[in-house]
Amino acid sequence: MSKPIVATASLAGCFGCHMSLLDIDERILKLIELVDFHKSPINDIKTFTKQCDIGIIEGGCCNTENVEVLREFRKNCKILISLGECAIMGGLPAMRNGIPVRECLEEAYCDGITVGENTERIMPNDEELPIILDKVYPLHEIVKIDYYLPGCAPRADLIWEAVVALVTGNELNIPYELVKFD
Amino acid sequence: MNEKILGIIEAYGRSPYRLVDILLSLQKEFRCVSDEAVNIVASELGLSEVDVRQTKSFYHFFTTEPVGKYAVYLNNSAVSEMMGMADVVDEFEKLCGISFGQKTADGLISLDHTACIGMNDQEPAALINSVVFTGLNRQKVREIVAAMREGKPVESMVTEYGDGNNAHPLVLSMVKNNIRKAGPVCLGEYETGKALARSLTMGSKAVIDEVKSANLRGRGGAGFPAGLKWQFCAHEAGDRYVFCNADEGEPGTFKDRVLLTERAQMMYEGMAIAGWAIGAKEGILYLRYEYLYLKAFLENVLEEMRNQNLLGKNILGKGFDFDIRIQLGAGAYVCGEESALIESSEGKRGEPRNRPPFPVQKGYKNNPTIVNNVETFCSAVKIIENGAAWYKKMGTEDSSGTKLLSISGDCKMPGVYEVEWGMTIHEMLRMVGAENVQAVQVSGPSGVCVPPTQFNRQIALEDLPSGGSMIVVGKQRDLIKDIVLNFMAFFEDESCGSCITCRSFNMILRRQVQKVVEGRAIKPDLDNMKDWGEIMAKTSRCGLGQTSSNPISTTLANFRELYEARVKDEDFQSDFDMEKAIAESCEAVNRPPIVHE
Repeated sequence: MSKPIVATASLAGCFGCHMSLLDIDERILKLIELVDFHKSPINDIKTFTKQCDIGIIEGGCCNTENVEVLREFRKNCKILISLGECAIMGGLPAMRNGIPVRECLEEAYCDGITVGENTERIMPNDEELPIILDKVYPLHEIVKIDYYLPGCAPRADLIWEAVVALVTGNELNIPYELVKFD
Repeated sequence: MNEKILGIIEAYGRSPYRLVDILLSLQKEFRCVSDEAVNIVASELGLSEVDVRQTKSFYHFFTTEPVGKYAVYLNNSAVSEMMGMADVVDEFEKLCGISFGQKTADGLISLDHTACIGMNDQEPAALINSVVFTGLNRQKVREIVAAMREGKPVESMVTEYGDGNNAHPLVLSMVKNNIRKAGPVCLGEYETGKALARSLTMGSKAVIDEVKSANLRGRGGAGFPAGLKWQFCAHEAGDRYVFCNADEGEPGTFKDRVLLTERAQMMYEGMAIAGWAIGAKEGILYLRYEYLYLKAFLENVLEEMRNQNLLGKNILGKGFDFDIRIQLGAGAYVCGEESALIESSEGKRGEPRNRPPFPVQKGYKNNPTIVNNVETFCSAVKIIENGAAWYKKMGTEDSSGTKLLSISGDCKMPGVYEVEWGMTIHEMLRMVGAENVQAVQVSGPSGVCVPPTQFNRQIALEDLPSGGSMIVVGKQRDLIKDIVLNFMAFFEDESCGSCITCRSFNMILRRQVQKVVEGRAIKPDLDNMKDWGEIMAKTSRCGLGQTSSNPISTTLANFRELYEARVKDEDFQSDFDMEKAIAESCEAVNRPPIVHE
């Protein structure tokens, strides 16, 4: 039987969840025995060319590209996992959610104290650029998510145990400390 | 204005503990508590502005902007809606030319909703400048609005008075008692002072023992043994306090209203007996703001009892000093929780405390305090008068005595019934003349929605516990929309916001019910609602969050088919709308809202 195929992506996140994934240290060798990687920043494969079994997504959706990538993952992966606070709740980027998007843009490009001269109040609007959404959305508000791995970032052990349990079909048995944050 | 404010502050001895009273007086005087007034109060009382502001913002009846010269607060609880509130709303809005939540341009009339005002047996009901109006309909609204436009005093709009003490010169209210069945304990024969005299000869420990052996359990709903509470408190050192909880806020209960009207002496006597039993000198009656119309009368009863030497110094010549004052609430359901009630009485936000320490250890001003329901104190009087053995003959093994039920909704004879514990729902429905019953909501929104298959269950602490609220829901009602949605909106409003799960999930759950009602929900939503309710119950500090998912969980358990008929058989749906989500930012940066897919 061929190995399950894993794809990953980082949307509106900080890549910390992916860094945490790499924190599994030498277990990465075991991981390679267990699964194959497809589209992922880890191997730099950029497009889906086959159906995957597990999609792991870090970060929420703050722009149209995030939504597009997320929907593509849903189409191409049997199981989708929301990885980390931003994917599950919007996280730090969602702190802008109470502020109108126009105000955020003006602060970022026109009025903020770190903005250089922008007397014409130009804001990025090239059609090549993704469009900023009115707020940052958690993944499950846009597509169906099968599993959630909490944390900021989720501990390497949690990611490891969860992926191994999913692939081997064994029961996920994680100590409380792994998902306890206070 | 400043002088008036200073005068009010003086009248309450410049005490921060009396902040709620001070704010109530300001609200009455100026029809609002302005930011300026907040600042003055803060500096005069030596509090920070935020301290005053947070207390003010907590209670429903304090406003920053002046309410109308006639401030209408119409009850929007479920039974008010069932009894025709929509017509009343429509008529008020049409005649005043404004919507609820607004004030007429000339400042004459403001229209607002409020939670249950304890008149479920005579809905729709409203408070207008604290005067109670019951049984409202389009015609009555027309008369009221016409009288307002003529500038008549609100009191003059009440032309017929209710029965009993509702017609007392100090009450003069149209409220009806609707006592349908008087039992032998609270609503039976009563002679003021007899039980207190007996207590004083018995000795305090014997009084506690008698109450304990009668197995008197708290009548507010939780059913904690009253004698045990008194005993715990008596063992603590400090200035002990007796609180009577008359913050009857559970939608659908109004039996304390009737006791306050007809058995005020008995309640006070019960407080004095408790004071003697635990060694307290001071009692406080916490009266919900909605019952302000009874305050002058209740003050007068206190005065009469002082004159009879049943309160005050050296009561009945036995060297026992005990007096009672009335503390008003200002509109907050959660203040019915005993530690929140104490916080509120100390002039603070009515947020429940962490326990332990329990109020019997550290209550009012950190002193040992007992808080009991009005009915509990009344029952204690009879226990002392007739003995525990007499009392225990009534009721069931675990729930002795009688219970006052406030029965409302779809029945012929809504009102107050004093029955022995152990009555079945079937028997109750026959008693009140209810037919074609779809469900009975036992013990208010925080209680249980009981289906006909369970009508043989008993009203008793060991089966269906009840603080007294019984709402009969007829077959013609839309249970999810008329009852569950209304209850969840109530909890969303009334959560104090201290525990995050209670603050968030009540809103989220209300929205989920709304989705079901509007046919937008899917099957997994039902399981989510159940799970989230359980999380809220487990992670909330007080009874509000621990029970506020009950309207959903008990109807999901007992009426699941009603939900299933309204949800879509899909396992996922998204409310995300790309077009809407990009509109604002495209406009801000001046680019066409086109997404290339």
